[in-house]
Amino acid sequence: MLGENSGVKKVQTINRRMFIIGAAKLIVFTGIIARLFSLQITENKKYLTLSDKNRLREWRLPPVRGEFLDYFGNVIAGNLKVYQLHVIPEEVENFKYLMVRLKKILSLTNREFKGIIKQKNKKKSWETLIISKNLTWEQFTKVNYFLHDLTGVKPVLSVSRNYPFSENYTHILGYVSEASQKDILNNEVIKSKHVPGLKVGKTGLEKTFENELIGTNGIQRYEVNAYGKRINQLDHTEGLNGKTIKLTIDTEIQKLCSELLKDLAGSISVMDIYTGEIVAMQSSPSFDPNLFLFGINQDDWQLIRNNPLKPLVNKTLSGLYSPGSTFKPMVALSALENGTINKNFKVNCMGKIEMYGQTYHCWKKKGHGVVNLKKAMKQSCDTYFYEIARKLGVDRLKETAIKFGLGEKVLNKTFNNEKKGLIPDTKWKKDKLGKSWVIGETLITGIGQGYTQTTPLQLCQMTAQLANGGFKIYPKIIVDENSKTEEDIKFIMNTNFKDLNEKKKGSQETSELLGFVNKKEHECLFDDSKNIKLVREAMFASTNEVGGTSYSSRIEDPKYQFAGKTGTSQVKRITKLARELDLKTFEIPYNDRDHALYIAFGPYINPRYALSIVIEHGGSGSSTAAPIAKKLFKLIIDRHELREQNRVQKVIKV
Amino acid sequence: MSQNSFNTKPTFFQKLKNFDYVLIACILLLGLISALSMYSTDGGEILFHSKSHIIKFLIFFTMMIFLSFLNIRFWHYFAYSFYVVVLFFLVLASLYGIKASGSQRWINLYFINLQPSELMKVVIILCFAKYYHRIQLNQVNTFQTIFIALVILILPIMLVITQPDLGTSILIALSGLVVLWLAGINIRYFVYSFIAILISMPFAIAFLQPYQKLRILTFLNPDRDPLGAGYQIIQSKIAVGSGGLSGKGFLKGTQSYLEFLPEKHTDFIFTLFAEEHGFLGSLTLLLIYIIIIYRVLRIGSISRSYFAKLFCYGYGSAIFFYVTVNMCMVLGLLPIVGSPLPIMSYGGSSMLATMIGFAIVMSAKINYKQLIA
Repeated sequence: MLGENSGVKKVQTINRRMFIIGAAKLIVFTGIIARLFSLQITENKKYLTLSDKNRLREWRLPPVRGEFLDYFGNVIAGNLKVYQLHVIPEEVENFKYLMVRLKKILSLTNREFKGIIKQKNKKKSWETLIISKNLTWEQFTKVNYFLHDLTGVKPVLSVSRNYPFSENYTHILGYVSEASQKDILNNEVIKSKHVPGLKVGKTGLEKTFENELIGTNGIQRYEVNAYGKRINQLDHTEGLNGKTIKLTIDTEIQKLCSELLKDLAGSISVMDIYTGEIVAMQSSPSFDPNLFLFGINQDDWQLIRNNPLKPLVNKTLSGLYSPGSTFKPMVALSALENGTINKNFKVNCMGKIEMYGQTYHCWKKKGHGVVNLKKAMKQSCDTYFYEIARKLGVDRLKETAIKFGLGEKVLNKTFNNEKKGLIPDTKWKKDKLGKSWVIGETLITGIGQGYTQTTPLQLCQMTAQLANGGFKIYPKIIVDENSKTEEDIKFIMNTNFKDLNEKKKGSQETSELLGFVNKKEHECLFDDSKNIKLVREAMFASTNEVGGTSYSSRIEDPKYQFAGKTGTSQVKRITKLARELDLKTFEIPYNDRDHALYIAFGPYINPRYALSIVIEHGGSGSSTAAPIAKKLFKLIIDRHELREQNRVQKVIKV
Repeated sequence: MSQNSFNTKPTFFQKLKNFDYVLIACILLLGLISALSMYSTDGGEILFHSKSHIIKFLIFFTMMIFLSFLNIRFWHYFAYSFYVVVLFFLVLASLYGIKASGSQRWINLYFINLQPSELMKVVIILCFAKYYHRIQLNQVNTFQTIFIALVILILPIMLVITQPDLGTSILIALSGLVVLWLAGINIRYFVYSFIAILISMPFAIAFLQPYQKLRILTFLNPDRDPLGAGYQIIQSKIAVGSGGLSGKGFLKGTQSYLEFLPEKHTDFIFTLFAEEHGFLGSLTLLLIYIIIIYRVLRIGSISRSYFAKLFCYGYGSAIFFYVTVNMCMVLGLLPIVGSPLPIMSYGGSSMLATMIGFAIVMSAKINYKQLIA
């Protein structure tokens, strides 16, 4: 049968072809298995990583900021527990109703209410919405009372910066506030640790030590789904608190400074003359840094910003003043050191001197008569200092002033707003102003006027270095556990002094060589210690002898007795008319009044502390600034014992 | 015994005895695996998908057993009718079908939303089996025979491709072509048409839907748009790859559980399975499919009627195509075209079509001695 024959052939064809397909199938399946093998076995690690990357998200928690302590270990910038109210909109059945309830319970203003609604619309429904950053205790308890029927509402305990001494440390510590875009861009550490709502230092030490203070983030690891929703928490790593920073400041003295400067614009700086520790440093007026924590309101901000007394400026190190007569010890020292004068050099003060047709007045119209160094300093005779400045020349004066730290930052990079000030010389004027120096400028530089600009902290350091016998010190505001004690420093100073004397005896060459090779710590800032002694004696006379400019502010008890120098820094050139009128301070418009300055060290026998006081537009140094020193020295000396004990205790602990 | 005589009808018990129990066991096993996978896609609960899938599997499996008792001649007799009816459904679908996610594939039959293109995947084989059953080998390569075969094949493909549903139309084409090949069409014609397709490819691409073009581009380089079109391939590969040797464990597939996997209960069910059960699990699943294909082909080889033989060979190869296309797709070896994994994937029409296919195969097994005039 043809059909049957064909049928057999047909079956043979189909079977043959089926066999071919079957073989092809096996090859394809082998390919699939190979693919599975390569994905699941060979590249398993890679894909496992990718899968984990998909599903795991880390949430950084805000780090706990390090604290600031004062010298005695009191917390001056700490972390306060605050009560916050969080809502997760997703968990709320009727958000509108809940918000109305909360508005009533917390008595939110309409503006706050709208702000929250706006915030909610920006976020995903499972993201936390902060209703309140800082609930009062009453609000917190009230919310807790109603909590059973406020589903989705979470009262949360959080931490916030707190400055317990409010305005007393404002300029030193600065303040923290929510990190701005700029903060994040400028600081890698903030960038790497940033979480929404993170507060960072905006000014002062809070800003300088941001990287030490910030701490490390706690980390919560969550499993998330494809839409980023948290499914469950996997683990939690606690962050480390930021470093605790201890200051050299004594809160009690700081508080007194702030009290003494009340309602005044000005500053007080107090320094240990050996260790360089800044014991107090207050600028006035101040403001409460706590205002900035949760965002300052516009009214408060405008009040601070527009205050004519400039509370935002840290006057101790950003305020630049002509030192006035407080510069005279420098002028005297420089003249003595350079051999321009000796202690018996005398000038006859007639109330004014003429020079190239220009008249230079002494503050005392009638003149002081014949004065020597001690008397000139004591009565702050301007004529005497015109004369010695003229003989000395401004360039040699500058050399001495720079040695004592004027014209340079005192605390280096500790504060980003510290000013350098200016000690002029002929070269400076030529370079900067393109004009030659004239002799008249030397005269007014000799009484601390003219181009000379100093910060109160520089004056304080200068005074301290005069008080300790003329040795370099290294001012600081942060306690360094490895720093030397007063005894060590004194020993180094004495050794340096001996070396200096030996060098003088030895050959010039070796001494130069030695001086070049080792630039020593606490080096001598003088050639002859007698000169320093003379200046100190003159300052003592100024405060403690009849006729001294600050005689009325003296303390007779040797325990507290201090030596100082007043200064009155002209803000405005005194016109001929004004000189004739001889107005009283209160009769002059505020902004035209002189700045009152005072520098001092004490106790006179074995001095330990130096201070500088500047009262802006305070009138004369002797009437306004010096009396403040009197009140301060009592407390400073009284606290000395405690301060020493504290140091000893620390040593024992170590 | 009547077993030796031709054309004798087997008794009920003989029919029962002639069932391919290995095939049934494999289908049941697959059903069980698919139920568990579906349970996993529901996040470890019996929710809509798992419930619906299990019910569909049980109904259609029972239906398959019942249909198996039909004589193979029934299928032969009605083969063309089925083809016409399904073709009619396809026309209906393109006219009055339900639209979903950009294509019109379903018709509402009140108790089920039927996707006729799925049925066509089986019916095309049935139709060709009947067509070639009668044709003598020397007639196979005549112009007339080939022309009619091409019309039979191209009509449904055109209807499906315009739905648009590229995946299913490719599978219909592959199922049809493999039968044409088995029927003995000269190999030259395949080579010629292959060359023709290659040449016309650029023109064909111009007619593709934008999303289809995107899928091809994405397949060539998934990283060009990792969150958009490439997302599915990338996430699928991550899921499979992260499964490792023995998988992340049942109900522990993070990629699917956390919703990174798209279409996890339909086209990407294998991805979920591979993630949770790893290389060993994937091999096992593949082995079950290989056994099923082998059993179907074996039934073809023992069938005495050319119709049954051709259908079984064709259907066995079709299952191979379904599995291959789906797996290659989720493993990133082929572009993403919608194609379900038989029995594993969620979808009633696919399950129905697959079970009808098995019913015909089973009927061929029971009546393997049956000759058809």
